Order: sequence, then C-alpha cells, then structure tokens
Amino acid sequence: MSPAPLALIGFAAAAWLAIGAAGLIRPRSLRAVRTLFSLGSVLGVAIAVVACVALAGSPESAVLPLGLPDLPFHLRVDALSAFFLLLLGSATAAISLFSAGYFRSGSGTAPGLICFQYHAFVAAMVLVLIADDAYVFMVAWETMALASYFLVTTDHRIPEIRRAGFLYLLIAHVGAIAILLCFGVLQGGHGDYTFAAMRSITLPGWWGSAAFFLALTGFGAKAGVLPLHVWLPEAHPAAPSPVSALMSGVMLKTAIYGLLRVTFDLLGAQLWWWGAIALALGLVSALFGVIFAAAQTDMKRLLAYSSIENIGILVAAMGLVILFKTNAKPLLAAIALAALLYHALNHAMFKSLLFLATGSVLHATKERSLGKLGGLIHRMPWVAWLALAGTLASAGLPPLNGFVSEWLLLQAFLFTPTLPQSFINMLVPLAAAALVLAVALAGYVMVKFYGVIFLGRPREPSLAYAQDAGGFERAGLVALAAACVLLGIFPATVLAAIDHVTSLLVGSQASGGDTSWLLLAPLGAERSSYSPLIVLGAIVGAVLITIQLVHRMWHGRVRRAPAWDCGFPLQTPRMQDTAEGFGQPIRQVFEPFFRIERHLPSPFDAKPRYSVVASDHWWHWLYLPIARAAEAVARLFGLIQRGRISVYLTYSFVTLLALLLFVL
Amino acid sequence: MQALPLSSQLINLFASVLLLLAFAMLAQRRVVSLIGLFATQGLVLSLSTAVVAWSTSQPHLYESAGLTLLLKVIVLPWLLYRLVRKLDVRWEFEGLINIPTTMLIGIVLVVFSFNLALPISQLASTVTRSTLGIAMASVMLSFLMMITRRKAIPQVIGFLAMENGLFFAATSATYGMPMVVELGIALDVLVGMLILGVFFFQIREQFDSLDLKHLEKLKEGE
Amino acid sequence: MTITGLFSQLLQVVVALALAPLLIGWVNQCRAWLSNRRAPPITLPYRTIRKLFTKDAVVADNASPIFRITPYVVFGAMCCAAAIVPSLATTLPFASAADAIALVGLFALARVFIALAAMDIGTSFGSLGARREMFIGFLAEPALLMVLFTASLISGSTSLATIVDTLAHRELGIYPSLAFAGVAFTMVSLAENARIPIDNPATHLELTMIHEAMVLEYSARHLALLEWASWLKLFNYSCIGLALFVPFGIASGTGWTELLAAAPALIGKLAIGGALLALIETLSAKLRVFRAPEFLGTAFMLAVLAMLVNLLLGS
Repeated sequence: MSPAPLALIGFAAAAWLAIGAAGLIRPRSLRAVRTLFSLGSVLGVAIAVVACVALAGSPESAVLPLGLPDLPFHLRVDALSAFFLLLLGSATAAISLFSAGYFRSGSGTAPGLICFQYHAFVAAMVLVLIADDAYVFMVAWETMALASYFLVTTDHRIPEIRRAGFLYLLIAHVGAIAILLCFGVLQGGHGDYTFAAMRSITLPGWWGSAAFFLALTGFGAKAGVLPLHVWLPEAHPAAPSPVSALMSGVMLKTAIYGLLRVTFDLLGAQLWWWGAIALALGLVSALFGVIFAAAQTDMKRLLAYSSIENIGILVAAMGLVILFKTNAKPLLAAIALAALLYHALNHAMFKSLLFLATGSVLHATKERSLGKLGGLIHRMPWVAWLALAGTLASAGLPPLNGFVSEWLLLQAFLFTPTLPQSFINMLVPLAAAALVLAVALAGYVMVKFYGVIFLGRPREPSLAYAQDAGGFERAGLVALAAACVLLGIFPATVLAAIDHVTSLLVGSQASGGDTSWLLLAPLGAERSSYSPLIVLGAIVGAVLITIQLVHRMWHGRVRRAPAWDCGFPLQTPRMQDTAEGFGQPIRQVFEPFFRIERHLPSPFDAKPRYSVVASDHWWHWLYLPIARAAEAVARLFGLIQRGRISVYLTYSFVTLLALLLFVL
Repeated sequence: MQALPLSSQLINLFASVLLLLAFAMLAQRRVVSLIGLFATQGLVLSLSTAVVAWSTSQPHLYESAGLTLLLKVIVLPWLLYRLVRKLDVRWEFEGLINIPTTMLIGIVLVVFSFNLALPISQLASTVTRSTLGIAMASVMLSFLMMITRRKAIPQVIGFLAMENGLFFAATSATYGMPMVVELGIALDVLVGMLILGVFFFQIREQFDSLDLKHLEKLKEGE
Repeated sequence: MTITGLFSQLLQVVVALALAPLLIGWVNQCRAWLSNRRAPPITLPYRTIRKLFTKDAVVADNASPIFRITPYVVFGAMCCAAAIVPSLATTLPFASAADAIALVGLFALARVFIALAAMDIGTSFGSLGARREMFIGFLAEPALLMVLFTASLISGSTSLATIVDTLAHRELGIYPSLAFAGVAFTMVSLAENARIPIDNPATHLELTMIHEAMVLEYSARHLALLEWASWLKLFNYSCIGLALFVPFGIASGTGWTELLAAAPALIGKLAIGGALLALIETLSAKLRVFRAPEFLGTAFMLAVLAMLVNLLLGS
C-alpha cells in the first residue's frame, strides 16, 4: 500500500520548514541559500505530484496531537484542497527555482533569513489548505500573513516599503477578524470549531448570509477585492519579485480557496442573491483593476492592479456558480466553477511568470519605472521571449491558457438566460459585456507592459549594460512559460482533473458533452467547441508554409537600414510613447475613475516640468475618513493621558472600585 | 422557429425603431437634428398605430394615426424649427452628464422597464403586448433626456417625446385611448408648445440666453 | 474528417486568399466612381502584392525578431480565421476547432502582434499607431462579441456553423434584434478594418493615421503580407456579416455542386456589400480620434440593446 497523500503533504510542509530553519545556520552564505531553494523547488514538485494523486482519491482526514490541550489539529485533504495544493506546489517549484538565482546579499534582510521567511510562508499556505478546523486555519492564516509581511519589508530601510508593509498588515488583520467572526457564526452556538461540525449544521436564514458576507469581506481583503484592495498595489512593488510572484500567484488563491470552502462546503445552502452581489462586486473589481493597470507607470504596480482584475474575474465567476447552483442548474454551475478554478491556475502561472520577469529586469537595470526602460529584448532575449508567453496568456489570447478560462466563463455567461429571476436574466448580458470589456482592456495593458519594457529603443543609456538572467532564473521562467503553453493547449486534460472538484462542490462535471483530449465542448459540439491544439497547429502551419512559399517563390533578401525618420533627423528614444503616454487614452475615457492631479508648467518656467498623478478615489472616500476618525478617537483618549503618575494610579483605583461594586 | 404574423412583426420592428430613436435623441447634440429625430419618432408612431388599426380592424385608430401624423410630424416640428431659427440656437453644447454615461444609465433604465413590463404584458391580451416594455423604456429615456439637458428647447423636445412614448404605451396596452381623450391631449400639447414658445422669448429677453442654469438665480435667499 | 471535407476546407481558404484583393480593388473602384475620380484597375491590389514580393526587404537596424515574425503571424491568424468563417459552406471540418469566441480571439491575437511590432522600432509613429490601435480594439472587441452573442442567443450556440445554419433555415421575417445587431456590426467592422469614420486607409497624415502608422516601417514582402492580411480581414468581416444577416445561398454540405452553387451567391453578395461600404465611406467624414469611443460606444450599446430586445420580444 502506498503512503497516504495527507501524510506526504504534511511531511513536505515540515520539510519546507526544516529547509527554512537550515537557512538560518549560515544566513550570509549564498551557496547554502542557493542549495536550499533548489531543494525547496524539488519539494514543490513533490507536493504537486502528491496533490494530483489526492485529487482523484477520496477525502482523507487526520488528527494531530499538536496545539493546545483538548484542541488538537484536524487536517483533511479533499479534491478542493488537492487542486489548490497542485496550484501551490507547481507555482512554488518554479518560483523557488528562480529564487535560487535571485536573492543576493544587499542592504536588506540577509538571504538566509529570507530563505527562512519564504519557506515558513509556503509551509503556512500548505497548512491553510489542509486545515480542517477553524483553530488550525486561523493559526496558519496568521502565520502566512506575518511571514509575508516580513518578506514584503525585506528592504526595510526604505520608508515607503515600511509604510506599504504596515498597510498590508493592517488590512490583513481587518480581514482576519472578519474570518474569525465568520467561523464564529458558522459554528452555530455549539462551540465545536471543527469543519466537520460546521458542515453538519444548517444555519437559519440570516445567519447564513452573515457568514457569507463576513467570509467575502475577510477573504476579499486578502484577495484584493474592492474596496479592500489598496494594500495590493503598495505591497507588491515593495516586495522582492519572487515574493510578489508568490503572493500574487499563490497567496491570493488561498483567499479564493477559503471563499470556496466556506461558501460551498461549510455553508450547506446558498441564496441566489449572494451570487448576484458577488458577480457585481467581482466585475466592478475587474474593471477597476484593469483601468488602473492601464494608467500605471511602475511595472510592478501595473501587475498588481492586473491581479486585482483577475481576482475580480474569479469572484464574478463564483457569483455565477452560486446563481446556477441555487437555481438547480448543476451543469452550468460546474462549467462556471471549472472556469474559476482554471483561471486561478492560469493566473498563478502567468502572473508569477510576469512578476519574475520584472524581477530579472529590476536586477539587470535597477529600474522599476516603465519610463526608464525599453529595448530590453536585445539585451535580455531569454527574459523577453519567456515574458512574451506570459504577456499573451495574460491578454487572454488563443491558443494560450488565459483564453481557455475566459472561453469557459463566457460559455457559462452565454447560457444564463434560463434563470427564473428575470432581472438577473436581463442584467447578465450587461455583466458579460463588462467582463469582455475587462478582458479586452487587459490586452491593452499587456501590450503597454511588454512594449514599453522590452520593445523599442532604450530610454536610458545605462540600459545598454543590462545582463540577461542567470541559469536558475531562466529555469524558473522556462517552467512557468511552459506551464502557460501546456495549460493552454491541453484544456481537456486539466478539466478532467477539475471535474473531481466540481463534482464535490456542485455535483456535476464540466467536461461532459463531446469533450475529448483534442476538443473542448462541455455542452456538446453543436453548441460550442474549441480545440486549441488544432488552432495552434493551424497558425504554426500557416506561418511555416507562408515563410517557405515566400522564400522559395521570391527571395529572402533583407537589408538593414536606419529607421525612417520622417525627414526629421533628430529622432531620439525619448520620442517614443512613455508609459503615461500609452495610458493616456484610457485616462481620458475613464476620467471619472481617477483622481488626477496635473501639474502644468507655466510659459515662463526656466525648467518646465509636466507631471500627472492618477490616484485612487477610494483612498479619499473611504480610507482617509476612517483614518481621520481613528485619529479623532485617539485624540479623545489622549485627554485622559495626563503624564502624572498619581493620575494614572487614580484611574486604576477607580477601576478597581467600580469592578468591585459591579461584581459583588 | 415559429414566426409571428406579419402585423406583429411590423409592430415589433416599429417598437424597436422607437427605442433606437429614443437613444439617438439621448445622444444627439444638435438641436436641428433633434427636431428631425422627433419628427421621425412621430412618423414611426403613426405608422405603428396604422398597423394596429389594420390588424385589429379598429377604424378609430386610423384617425388617431392621422392626427399623430399631422400634429407630431408636421405641425410641431415646424413650430420648433421656426422657433430655433428665430432664437438662433442651433447648437447645444455638452449636457450635464457626458454622453457615454448617459447611454449607460439609459441601458439600465431599459432593463428596469423591460422587467417592470414583463408581468403586466403577461396579463394583457393584445397583439402588441410585448412592446409595452419598449414603450415604457422610451418614456423613461425621454425623461432622462429632460434631466440631462441644460437648454430649454431640448428639454421641451424631451417632454414631447415622452408624450410620444405614453401614446405608444396606450396603443400597445389597450389599443389606444378614447378619441375624446386623444383630441384633448393633442390640443394640450399644441397649446403647451405655443405657450412655451412665448416663454422662450421671455427667458431670452431676461437672461440673454436659453441656458436654464440662469433660472437658478430666481430662487430665494440670495 | 473526410477527404472531400478537407478539400472543401482548403478550397474555402484559397478562395478567401484569392478574392480578398479583388474585394478591396472593387471597393476602391466604387469609391473612385462615387467621388467622380477615374477608377484604378480592379486588379491593382494583385499587382501591388507582386511588386512588393519581388523587392528587397529593408528592416530597421534595431528591429528584433518580433518585428520580422509579425507579418507571418498576422497573415497566419487571418488565414485561420478565413478557415473558420462560413463563407462558402457551413459544415467544414475546421469549424469545430474554433467557435465565435475563438474567432474574436484570433483577431485579437493579430492585433496584439501588430501593435507589438509597431512598438518594436521605437519611433514616435510606431508607438502612436500601436496606442491608437489598441485603443480602438478594446472598444471594438466587446462590441463584436456582443453582436455574435445576440446571434448565438437566437440559435443557442456559439459555433458559427450552427448559428448560420439556424439563421439560414428559419422562416422569413423581420427580426428587430438582428437589425440592431446588424447596425452594430457594420460600425464595428468599419472601425476594425481601418475604414473611414475611424481611420482613413488612404492617408499618411500623422494626426489621423492608425493602421498606416503601425506598418510604416515595413517594406517588401513583409508589407505585402501585412496588406494582404488586412484585406483578408476585411474579407472575413464581410463574410461574417453576410453569413449572419443575409445567410441565403450558403452551402450546408461539402459536395462539389453545392460549393459551385454557393460561389456565385457569395461573389454577388460581396459585390453589393463592397459597394455599400464605398458608399458609407464616401458619405461620412473622418471622426477625431477622441470621438471614436462615442462611435464604438454606440455600437456596443446597440449590440447590448439587440440582446435585450431579443429577450423581450423573442425575435
């Protein structure tokens, strides 16, 4: 008999911790850290393989005699956790491989310490995924938040980074409180905090809704759903790139996992209007994220906003799943859920790839601002070509992976007009339109991202000395790019794996119909079908035939010459579109979304400078008022602070008297 | 797929064109084109009334179709056009809200009124019942147009277009109103138009402009 | 997949490749007639392609491989699209590999590549063109998908073959939702094919050009392929429009006789469509770039209205 998957996963998590601890032995030794990260990468592959086995197997649980007395750790692996473990394992394997070549000793945290924080972070995420009671879940959740906080503040000598880390920690804790309250509601007054007990009770009406919305708030804060998204564009640029990749690619997905776990597993029954609200919230987040991504000038901020967009799409898909499930349409619910899970996997791959690519660019050029990059495809061909795969996938283009999940989601949207709620029926076309708009805008954003960084001419002379990424970094990037392509052209295989999850959560399979290994047709080939392999084959075939024909029938002569200067010989690289310039149409069309501060030079300025800052309304509408209110309350409390010992003693004495009076 | 009888198809087509015209009016910046659109709306309305009259063989609807043609396609547009020429206000600049946003609100209104109309139209037994939602949508869109415009003349056109929508709703829900009511409304609209025309001159005399924001000065306490 | 099926598939692609330059030649001829100019010969596009292919390619010094591969990728994507779009027949073997959504994806793929290539050289014109193209694209793509969704709501399918079959074999009647969708589709096609209200294919004036700004650096065979691809795109769009809104005369089998019967119908419809396109272009004036969102927003709104009207009226 083979060893149980749960035990293997537990061992792998423990091994990750051990690797992390080993990093502390010689924190400044780069060679040790390199070896440790490579070992961690192997463990990631192992977890992915074990998760594949667990995905097909039956749920398996265990009780560990750890933790407090009378409060042991409950662990469990079912198809849902196995799927997210697969995501975690495969993404982490590639990111660890990249990290092995990435971290060097600098002014910030020592590499060995980073190694410890990094592995504690991934081990905590594993624990979140296999937790089977609220206690373990919260312990793991908080460990994850803390470890990632320390990783974000690696360069803690820079004040902005400390500020970003603080904001992240603050919102993470607001979310954690909401999750804690959610579990409190879910246990229904019985005092039993195991997930098994929560599954067995059905909450009466409003309590169920309360639990759902607490979960949406708590997990939404971690995932970056509007309006709790503000930490994301601050924390991602602050963190080292592999950490950004891990946070964006994997950690955001643990929040989605939590949301799915609570909504479909712990809460027995759902209400249809939860779905409508989640759908609306998700679409608003998606549009908001992508519009802001188009206006960014920092490459990592751009990717962070793009993550908000993708999380929005995931939440919208979840809304759709709830709508279908509550209206007894299991097949459509399964397709929407499959689209959600597929997109989560895709996003983990392409977003990690892009974040890692920005890491390589950052190392090579020391520049994060898009306005100072350009033309790197000549200096860094490896990174550029691999990032192209991520760019095309992120833009949702066939035959890469981003398109498959988009396709599945649109299928689900398209066959909605069978719902009994007529309002929803008529709003769904609008929702589909919003989704399509977000995806089309993602194409715009990705062209901007890739074109400004890698194409064109270098905007700064120093870029001529940029070096391509090293061996480890390349290996990590190649793995992720390969995943993007493979996930794109073998969707039926992936769907077969996802089927285990969909039959667990909504009781139907998504790969029905005429789906075969070649063809994706969940509703039957009559209604819709897509075969990425054939499309890829046809495009590649057409390209090769055209090249052959053109070169055979005529000739392949090429002459190099300077670019045409339109009769104006003083062309400089500064005449190319900057990041601001490229985003300008979006800023103009969606002006109400932004809070734009423009500084125009006067005609008499000796050194004219033009600057435009597009910031987020939410800061001014929501966060600053709350901060001001908190300050005012603090000031009130400040009144009782007198600075004299005898006053404080009086306070204590009065309190004591009051308590005695009250208790006795 | 079962095809509807020709008359229903025609009525559906006219209803859709009405909706389209309502959106076009919402998006139109030029006053003269707005009057043209209003006249077209009247024409479509009278045609659809005639088709209803033909398919249900109710002669009094022919009369109301004729009345619509006379009043809303010929007299009122002519009056409006003359007014615009005399006042020399050919252009209207930006409205209160930009046009894409207005359109978006318009679509939401359409969804709202379609849903509102669904249960009502299931109760009705007329051949034209499914167009009730469109009639309601046109009323709401005209209302929206009145809200978003700054200048007096587009607001009046919005008001008249709203009356068109109401008329269409009446035709589609109950095969039209009694003749007396219809004549009364027609007279009201005509007289209202004339009075408003006089008002325009007065407004311009007073403020040197037809921009209604000047009327804000009339409120008390300043 | 049978041999005849494969053969008719290939035949359709070849017909598209052969007819696309003819279509653009015909449109240019009509435009010349309508504006009282002497028309260029209808075969001019063929001669242009031949001339371009025989020349030596000149590539800018700092062009990367993306610049050189793009013409082939764009051309290949358009050939694939030509294989999917039902122009002669509906039941083609390749049609099941990609449905309407995938078709829009293919167009987007071509657009992204051509925009990247335009940014590759690093001239101000290239990036200007790329920015404008993506700007038009992000508005046009949703509108196009909404039009296709309206058609798929009617037929309950996103497979183009099924959609066209359903539309071709139902009773003749007035379908307001399709009328809305038709207007929306025309507007999107004008924008996507760089035609007049949005872009002027005959200008090299910096303030107005979009498509031409992107291909400014291309020459010889690369330019030939890109031009041919853009004509093919117009041909594909025309065929989608014809298949959705006037689906009569299209073959539903893959037999010889059926295909032969479908060809004259296709050519006739394309000739009328091309003349109408020339008429629209002659009658309208080019819009400012920042009026484009209003134009495409209207198309988008019409497409959404088409879906709503379809839900309300059931037709």
